[in-house]
Amino acid sequence: MGLLSKKDLKLITDPLADNNPITIQVLGICSALAITAELKASIVMSVAVLFVMGLGNLTISLMRNIIPSKIRIIAQLIVVATLVIIVDLVLKAFAYELSKTLSVFVGLIITNCIIMGRFEAFALANGPLRSFIDGIGNALGYALILIIVGFFRELLGSGSLLGFKVLGDSIEKTGVYAYGYENNGFMLLAPMALITVGIIIWVQRSRNEALIEEN
Amino acid sequence: MEHLELFFKAIFIDNMVFATFLGMCSYLAVSKKVSTAVGLGAAVIFVMAITVPLNWLLDTYILKDGALAWLGPEYAVYDLSFLSFIMFIATIATMVQLVEIIVEKFSPSLYNSLGIFLPLIAVNCAILGGSLFMQSREIQTVGLALNYGVSSGIGWFLAILAIAAIREKIRYSNVPAPLRGLGITFIITGLMAIGFMSFGGMLTGGEEETKETETAQVEVVKEAIDIANNEKETHE
Repeated sequence: MGLLSKKDLKLITDPLADNNPITIQVLGICSALAITAELKASIVMSVAVLFVMGLGNLTISLMRNIIPSKIRIIAQLIVVATLVIIVDLVLKAFAYELSKTLSVFVGLIITNCIIMGRFEAFALANGPLRSFIDGIGNALGYALILIIVGFFRELLGSGSLLGFKVLGDSIEKTGVYAYGYENNGFMLLAPMALITVGIIIWVQRSRNEALIEEN
Repeated sequence: MEHLELFFKAIFIDNMVFATFLGMCSYLAVSKKVSTAVGLGAAVIFVMAITVPLNWLLDTYILKDGALAWLGPEYAVYDLSFLSFIMFIATIATMVQLVEIIVEKFSPSLYNSLGIFLPLIAVNCAILGGSLFMQSREIQTVGLALNYGVSSGIGWFLAILAIAAIREKIRYSNVPAPLRGLGITFIITGLMAIGFMSFGGMLTGGEEETKETETAQVEVVKEAIDIANNEKETHE
C-alpha cells in the first residue's frame, strides 16, 4: 500500500471492525435489515452504497467551503439524491428484476443515516482524498455486515447461496436433506434480520470487551 | 371504510418499524427514555401528516407519467417520475425547516420539547419511506394520503414508545454483558416484530389472496416461496 499512508489505511480498516457503522455507530440500519433475505440483494445494495458513499463524500468534501452551514443538510441531501437517482436508473436498466426486489429501498439510500452521518462527521472537515477513502471504508464496513446477514439468512432460510443450492435439494432429499434437515423458513421473515444482527453484535462484543456498553 | 382500513393497516400490519424497518436509526438512538421517545414520536407524526399529502400533490400533478396534462395537451407526454427522489427529499427537508421556524415562533413550549428532534427528522427514513410507499402503493386521493401519513406516524410512535418503555425496565435486568444496550434492543425489536406479524390476519380474515398491497419484505419472502414452488413444479 505505497499509495496510502498508515493513517489513511486506518480509515479503511477501522470501520471494518471496531468502528463498524452498523454494529457500533448504529447508522444505516434500515436498509441493512430490509433487503438481506437474499445474498444477491445484499451484495447489490452494498455496491450501491459503496458508489454513493465514495462519490458523495468526495463531492461534499470538495464543496465543504462553499456550503453555508445553515442549509448544509439540504445541500447534502441533494448531492445524495442525485447519486441515488443514477444508481436507481442503472439498476432499472441492467437489473430490472433486482430493482423490483429492492423497491423503495434504493430510494431510501438517500436517508440512510450512514451517509449523512459520514458527511457531517468527516467530509465537512477533511480533504477530498481522505474523505473518499473514509467513504469507501465505511461503505465496506456496512457491506461486511450486510453480506454476513444475507449469507446466513439465505443459507438457513432457503438452503442456497446466490441462488445455487449448496445444501442439496430439499425436494429430492439430496445432500444434507437426506439426513432429515429442513429449511428454516422463519429466517426469510423480517424479524429474523434483527435477531441476526443482534447475534453479530453479541459475537463482536464478546471478542472485544472494550466495546461493551454500560448499563 | 376505505379510510378505516388504511388507518389500521398502516398502524399495525405495515408498521413502519416492525414490518419495513424504516426509521430504525433514530428508533435505536432515541429510545433510551420514554419522555424523549414521546417527543420524537410526536414530531414524526406531525411532519408525516404534512409531507405525505404534499408529496402526493407533487406526485399527482407534476411527477407522474402524464401528470402535466393540466398545463395543456402538449405536456401530457412528459414523465418526470425519475425526479421523485430529489423532489420528495427536497420537500421534506424544506418542510422540516419551515415547521421548525413556525413552531419556534408560535409555540415556544412545543419547540422546546421537539427542539433537537426536528432537524433529525429530515434524515429519518420513515418520513421519506412514507412518501415513497405512498407513491408505490398508488394511494388514490389526497385525503387517503393524509390518512396514510398520520397513521404511519402513529405506528412509528407506538413502536418507539413501546421499545423505550421496555428499555427503561430492562436496565434493572441482568443482561449478558456483550448484549447490553444495542444488542438486546435489536433482539427485543425482533421479538416485537414477530408479535406484530400476527396482526397480518386482521384485515385479510384468513384469506391470503385478498392481500392487495404487501410490504417489500413480504414481497421478497413471497418471491422466495415462488422460486421454491417453481422448483417443486419442475421436479414433479
